[in-house]
Amino acid sequence: MKSAAIIFYTLASVMIVFSLLAVTTRKILRAAVYLLFALGGTAALYFMVGYNFLAAVQLIVYVGGIVVLIIFSILLTSHINEKLQKPDPLKLILTAVVALAGTSLVLYVLGNHTFIAQNPTGATADVETIGLMLLNYGTGGYVLPFEVISILLLAAMVGAIVIAKRNKPSDNG
Amino acid sequence: MVEHVPISHVLIVTTVLFFIGVYGFLTRKNLITMLISVELMLNAVNINFVVFDNYLFPGKLEGHFISLFIIAIAAAEAAVAIAIFINLYRNIRSIDVEHVDKMKY
Repeated sequence: MKSAAIIFYTLASVMIVFSLLAVTTRKILRAAVYLLFALGGTAALYFMVGYNFLAAVQLIVYVGGIVVLIIFSILLTSHINEKLQKPDPLKLILTAVVALAGTSLVLYVLGNHTFIAQNPTGATADVETIGLMLLNYGTGGYVLPFEVISILLLAAMVGAIVIAKRNKPSDNG
Repeated sequence: MVEHVPISHVLIVTTVLFFIGVYGFLTRKNLITMLISVELMLNAVNINFVVFDNYLFPGKLEGHFISLFIIAIAAAEAAVAIAIFINLYRNIRSIDVEHVDKMKY
């Protein structure tokens, strides 16, 4: 077994275990920390396939941004030691059956399809290539989605500020 | 990694991760934990895009860019969702889905 395979299977098991913990733990702050580990494992996977820029973005945006935002909102809306109430066991079993059925359906489709893996070309996703392709308006360029995402992010930022802004006591909203 | 790990193994892992997210989304009642489950699902889909790109169409970088855009959209979605949760908590002192029917007021 090559070292890449060993690292991949370790990462995969770490990600699955931490994801399971994140959706089953009854302490809400721990769920956020387990999510952090699952997302960090994904970043390591991106490093393994050689997409260093994407892995850095994953670490900065997910781990540095979203998880910190989630932790802040947890601290604002619940007590640290508060335990979530136990869900109905019947609901748990039904949901587990649904999830397992979905998993087996997808795995069945995967098993019946043969993927033809190409040989790696050795092309790397360095920052120069990424920057040129993001702002390229010719064939295979990504300038339109790039601009659309810019407007979406601006709209989301303004929307988040407006929604979370505390209403003045006079207009009592 | 392409030489040593078959693509089907990676796809099995992402399938399991995605349906763990589905399970969490359906069982949780706290809105923040539901958001965490949605992030897990988005993350699994991202890995799928990167793996298809890297194994089946090497050098084209299409899945790479789609993953970048998905990460940006996930960040925007999380920011707006958390703004809504905080406003909701201010108004009804709870972020449990059972109480969110009051949001229409």
